[in-house]
Order: sequence, then C-alpha cells, then structure tokens
Amino acid sequence: MEFRAASDQAMLVYLGEEIGLESHRRVFQLLRLLQEEPLAWVRNLQPAYSSLLVTFDPCAVDHQEVEATLRRYEESAEKMTLPPPRVLEIPVCYSDEFGPDLEEVAAAHNISPSRVIELHLSRSYRAYFLGFAPGFAYLGDLAAEIATPRLTTPRKKVAAGSVGIAGTQTAVYPFATPGGWRLIGRTPLAMFRKEREPMGLIAVGDEVRFRTITREEFAAWPPQ
Amino acid sequence: MSSLLVENPGWLTTVQDLGRPGFGALGVSPSGAADPVALQLGNLLVGNAAGAAALEMTLVGGRYLFPEGGVIALVGADFGATLNGQALEMWIPHAVRPGGTLELGLTRAGARCYLCIAGGIQVEQFLGSASTHLLSGLGGFAGRALRKGDVLQFGAPDQSIRRRKLSLRVREALKPRKCLRVTRGPQADWFSESATHDFFATTFRVSEDSDRLGLRLQCSSLALESPREMISEGVSLGAVQVTPSGQPIILFVEQQTAGGYPKIANVIGADLHSVGQLRPRDEITFAHISLEEARALWNAQQRLLNSGEELFA
Repeated sequence: MEFRAASDQAMLVYLGEEIGLESHRRVFQLLRLLQEEPLAWVRNLQPAYSSLLVTFDPCAVDHQEVEATLRRYEESAEKMTLPPPRVLEIPVCYSDEFGPDLEEVAAAHNISPSRVIELHLSRSYRAYFLGFAPGFAYLGDLAAEIATPRLTTPRKKVAAGSVGIAGTQTAVYPFATPGGWRLIGRTPLAMFRKEREPMGLIAVGDEVRFRTITREEFAAWPPQ
Repeated sequence: MSSLLVENPGWLTTVQDLGRPGFGALGVSPSGAADPVALQLGNLLVGNAAGAAALEMTLVGGRYLFPEGGVIALVGADFGATLNGQALEMWIPHAVRPGGTLELGLTRAGARCYLCIAGGIQVEQFLGSASTHLLSGLGGFAGRALRKGDVLQFGAPDQSIRRRKLSLRVREALKPRKCLRVTRGPQADWFSESATHDFFATTFRVSEDSDRLGLRLQCSSLALESPREMISEGVSLGAVQVTPSGQPIILFVEQQTAGGYPKIANVIGADLHSVGQLRPRDEITFAHISLEEARALWNAQQRLLNSGEELFA
C-alpha cells in the first residue's frame, strides 16, 4: 500500500503498479471492505485499475489519520474472500454502420474486420472499474492483436450502446456522450437505467463476454 | 406547491443542489452546484436548508414567471436582474407577487447566478440529489438544461419572508478569488523544477472550451511537458491535470471520475467555489499552500457557513 495526497480532501491509495488481475483483486478487496464496514468520514470511493481514491471529510480527519486507518484495514482486506465474478453476456451487432472504426482497426493490424470481431469475441473480460460516465465499465484485457490506441480527436457524440476499444481495454458507452474509443459495434441493451435496481448492468469485478447478433436481431430487440 | 414558468432559459440553466457524493464505484460523479458557497447562502437567505435545490444560471440569465408568487434570493454573479422591470438587489430575499416576472441579462462579473426560492425547487431525486448531470442526462429537471415553456414546482416556504442581509464580513470572506490556492497534485514530482516554477509564475486564461466538466487553461508561453505514461486512476474535484499537449485542465463538478493524465496540483476545497465563478477569458494564477493550511481554510469556511444568525448583518 502506497499513499499519495490527491487533494486537501482526497487520498490516493495505490495497491499495485500495473493493470492486471492481481492489482484488481487488491483494489476490489479494499473497496468491498470499506463498503461493508464503512468509515464515517469517507465521502466517496473511486476504484481504478490499481488504486482507490478515498475522498474524506477534512473536518473529521487529516491525511495522516486516513493513512493510519487504511493501513489497519490492509490486513483484513487481504483476507477478504471475494465472491466468484458474475458472468454477463452482452449481445453486440458488429457492423460498419454501428462500428465506424471497424475497418480502420482491421487495417491497422493487417487483419480482416471479421478477424477483429472474432478476436473481440474470443475471451471474457474483467470489469476493472467504472468511470467516465455512470455505468461505463473498463473491461480488459483485449487480445494484443487488436489493441489500438484512442482516436487522436474524440468524437463529439458517440451513440449509447456503442462498443469501443482503446489500448488493451474495451467498453460499452452507456449514454450518448463524447468519446475517443474506436467503435466496432453496438449493443441494444440499456447499460444504465435509473429506474432499475441495480442501475448499472455491469459492476466492478464482473466477467463480461460478448456475443454477436445480426442487424435484424438488433432491430427486433425488445425495449427495456 | 407553487410553480415557476421558464419564459427564456438563458444560456445554460440547470437545477442544482450540493450533489451526490458516494457513488464513484458506479461511475457516477457527484455533480452539484459549481458555486456551492453561493447556493448555500442563497438558500439560507430565503429560509431553506442550505443544500436545497435551486436554479444555476450560466453567463446569461433568462426570464422566469411566478404565476402564484414566491420568495426568492439571487446570489453569485451579478446578471443585472430586474423584477417586474425594477432593478433587483442581490444577496437579499424578495417577495414576488403572483404574476411577477424575473428577468436577468448578461453577466457583469462572475459566471454563475443562483435563483434560490423559498421551499426549494422540487424534482425527482436521483441517488439522493436533485442535481442535474448533463453528460448522462440524469437528475435535475428531466436530466437536462431548462427550455422555454418548462414548468418547475417549488415547495411551500418554511417561514414567512425575513428581511435579512449577509454581513459585509461574510461577503468579503467568501468572495471568489482569481488567484487559486492549490496543494501538490499526486504526480507533482513528475514535473521538472522549471515546469513547476513556470506553472506558479504563469497567468493562465480560461478557454472558451470550458464547462461543468472542466476548465481548459491557455497560455502562450508555457508548455508543460507531460513526462510519462500513467495508469488511469480516480481523479479528485479540482485536480489540475496536464494533457500531452501541455494544456492544464481543472477538473470540475461534472468531471469524469477517472483519468490518465498526470496532475500537477489540486485546487483547495475552500477555493472550489471560485472556480465556479470563472468565465471564459478570465485570467487566473495559482499559489501553492500546504495540506494543513488548506484544511484550516476549509474548516474556517465551513464554520462560517454554519454560523447561523452570525452570517447576517
């Protein structure tokens, strides 16, 4: 555990130095522990690949006390048994229409668009954390053969449900937002709905697989 | 319940309260008023709880009709408000007669003016807050900025109007600043000594391309080099991140919750309301203070906001 002050009311707790399941497990364990045994002065918890941002009430504690308390939590966090990941399947219509970058991703790797789709479908992904927008899950890791950097100029608007890739990560845009990930398809599922419990389809720690559907299946998908 | 009719929504008017902290694990940023100090004072002036929902107007005010009347206070930036054609003093509660029209123009100073109404704006809560999150279209009034013809409801006031005014001392202590005090960012030591020196010696200009997500800062003479790649991590409110092009961005109330650019500094909690009053083309500087000083300033600000009757002259 390494600590760095992020602001006068936030502390970054580093639990690893790389993107991977080992760092993820430690972040998830500490997150779960702090959710199950909440500390009165914690205002917000923001997990990421290998860190947890803890926002606190500065009228109640200072950084030294935050660090000392979390160090005491460290051992219990390590012993925490995590439930086996929930397995989710997300239907995706891969096409030029829904995935305007499909051709370019293929060209960048000297493979065919159908090979890009095949590789995207070839494995299950871990939901490392959620961020950017409500319900936006960072899923990894992509097959190295299709890892592609972000667009240099992000799009002003990406359709809700768009499936994108960026570096070794993949994600589904829950809302029509600006976005710089390379789009290869779209899901008809609503990724985040405030009327639903839980609101987000994907939660931290889930295992996500994609399944290909046709344009007709996409169009016929029942509204949620 | 009384109503408020939007005849002209100004440039960008949203329902805001103090936001919804605590849902980072769902990817939900806290959102909330860009100038929470003004929002709280305005609510106290009309006898509301400090965190009641109000209208946040941006740069241009608009026109609002009160068919059943109400008690209001305008706080924050001065948009040259009139009530039924008469100039309206800010930072003081006013009774609006049934059929009264409030009209606001362009900002004269500052970026955001708040219309606080006794009884508070009533909208469906999302994760415990009435605050609008524009990026995802959640919260507030239909998850969006107000439009002409919208009708909003506000509750019955808790008490009859009390003529009161904020004390000059309070107004002075909580005045927005153009020199933002910051603490070191989590990657401050990634920047060279000369880059750090330049950062604090430079006057930055707020770009037109600034909003509730973040304020982009311009400066012709400075290029902060982003030293290396980093793994995305949670970002705190007011973080000053530096993009590969060397442009600093202050992450603000509707910020994305995680990001992969190094942060050189972080605006202190007690100065965040000042960020909410920055307009495009405003010039700002940064001053470094310690975490202890920052916390003392925050605690003093909170004490002042919670000092009850002592706030008023």
